[in-house]
Amino acid sequence: MSVTAAETTQVAMDPVANLAVSGVFIAVTLVLIIWASKRSKTSTGFYAGDRSFGAAQNGLAITGDFVSAAAFLGIAGAMAVNGYDGFIYAIGFFAGWLLTMLLIAERLRNIGKYTLADVLSFRMNQRPVRVAAATSSLVITYLYLVAQMAGVGTLAAVLLGVRSQVGQAIAIAIVGGLMLLYVVVGGMRGTTLTQIIKAAMMMSVGIILAVWVLALFGFNLSALLGAAADNSPHGDALLAPGLAYGVSSLTQIDFLSLSLALVLGSIGLPHILMRYYTVPTAKVARKSVAWAIWLIGTFSILSLVIGYGAVAMVGGDTIAAAPGGANSAALLLAFDLGGVPFLAIVSAVALATVLAVVAGLTITAAAAFGHDIYANVIRAGKPTDDRTEVRAGKVGAIIIGVLAIFGGILATGQNIAFLVALGYVVAASANLPTMLYTLFWKRFNTAGSLWAIYGGLTTSVVLIVFSPTVSGLPTSMIPGVDFHWFPLNNPGLISIPAGFLFGFLGTVLSKDRGESARFVEQEVRGLTGIGAAKATDH
Amino acid sequence: MSHTADGVSATPGPDTGVWERTASQPQYSQLKSRYRRFVLPIVLTTLVWYFVYVLLGTYAREFMATPVFGNINVAIILGLSQVVLSFVFATLYIRYANRRLDPLSDALRENAEATSVGADS
Repeated sequence: MSVTAAETTQVAMDPVANLAVSGVFIAVTLVLIIWASKRSKTSTGFYAGDRSFGAAQNGLAITGDFVSAAAFLGIAGAMAVNGYDGFIYAIGFFAGWLLTMLLIAERLRNIGKYTLADVLSFRMNQRPVRVAAATSSLVITYLYLVAQMAGVGTLAAVLLGVRSQVGQAIAIAIVGGLMLLYVVVGGMRGTTLTQIIKAAMMMSVGIILAVWVLALFGFNLSALLGAAADNSPHGDALLAPGLAYGVSSLTQIDFLSLSLALVLGSIGLPHILMRYYTVPTAKVARKSVAWAIWLIGTFSILSLVIGYGAVAMVGGDTIAAAPGGANSAALLLAFDLGGVPFLAIVSAVALATVLAVVAGLTITAAAAFGHDIYANVIRAGKPTDDRTEVRAGKVGAIIIGVLAIFGGILATGQNIAFLVALGYVVAASANLPTMLYTLFWKRFNTAGSLWAIYGGLTTSVVLIVFSPTVSGLPTSMIPGVDFHWFPLNNPGLISIPAGFLFGFLGTVLSKDRGESARFVEQEVRGLTGIGAAKATDH
Repeated sequence: MSHTADGVSATPGPDTGVWERTASQPQYSQLKSRYRRFVLPIVLTTLVWYFVYVLLGTYAREFMATPVFGNINVAIILGLSQVVLSFVFATLYIRYANRRLDPLSDALRENAEATSVGADS
């Protein structure tokens, strides 16, 4: 049953089949984009898809926006190589969703219009808070985009056998070009449709993979786990925590830090928060998060079966030695089960995954430029032409898209996995404290907002730069030099409490008592939906 | 397009009294207390259960490795319990909001929109 080394090489060498299914996906989405572009003329159309999506559609789109290629391929891979610790990681991505549903989604939809900055600046001094919120959104979005783009290079190597740097750079440029086409032409409606299709493909393929491999073990999970342990160099240790992070007390604390950043960061990601504006009411926003919880939760359970199933069928050593390493676990399992056609389908899902995520990130950057910075800061107080606000967003999307393509090309082959983790840390340390204080603490004011956002952002970035992730170890991004003094790879354990502390200190040290009337207005809007932005009629 | 309904405009709508008026309704206090009573315990349970799970995974590895059914150990059951708990809480919250929160917020909103012409057009 196991794939030999020669066959493994074969897997990477069937680019035509892998491209064919991906080509169908790209063709279908491009048709939808052109259709969408005819309907998205206003700023509400461009930034919020006219708030016309239903709960199930938005739930799928949230899933498509949230589960990146790193999660789709990476979690199953991490379980195949590092065992159970990979599953704790998957749970960390998932656990924050209920908190989003209970505390954030509905109020955000009722208070804001297009962006997180709408809510954070609602009762504060508009300009400085909006600039701060847009800055942290752009930083998170850019870090995340570069990581995804660099991942395209790896994906091209695994799926298409493209080994040369030039070839990988071309692959990144093509994906970046498609991403800009989706966003600039299709706006939020086109981006959402792409995400819905990707999520539907990903869930279907995930279910087929998991059910298929379980069927081979008579639908007996225990038998599958036993076979995985037998087929892994780690033996039974594969099924218990500790392989990746149990090495020393320092790695254990690092793991706690990562877990904190994952659960709290997923609440504050700007590209996910933006999705709640695409539905007509707060009630639909609530239902759409419930859909996302069911979909992402199911996906986490599927990852458990796929990750261990890959070890059971293919073998832990074969996966670790394959091109792309751990990331190839799901692909090797697909090849083992369904041969070239099934592998081609799973590859197309991986590509669709990248495209849906990068498009979601780019439309978020567009909104930060066009809606926050241009319409509400540069032209603050002046009437803004709807069409100009959209054009400013498109220009912003192109700028950040091109920068991300170059960033991705430069980062290809580098150890940049921490960029996504850094995005989560910034979201948890800067956005989350500000969001919670704004919504639930009456006394919170402009100074507190600025302290929390800039303080959380700076603490996260500084601690990462001086961590062993960047220098000091053979596995660091810059090997050979050592300027690290912070011991943890993930700074969440320090930077998240720091973000909350900054927000608190900034508030109590300033004389500004906040506008109580604006807090009442914000709370009434948030809870009742009075005056909430309406869906556009068509 | 409804421009007065722009939740982000720096200038409040023509009728600024609507917020204070709504906030002083008994239904509004009821909505707030019902929301708080339901959400707070669930938020705390979710956070505590997640960190218990992560801490056990980090510091109680032998306990987590204890087999329960065949090769299915405590770790796998606790991991799945995280997912199942979120499913249950999400479903309960949807039901609770439909029955106990939405009728109040709908009534408050309809009331505000009926009494303040121009706050929302």
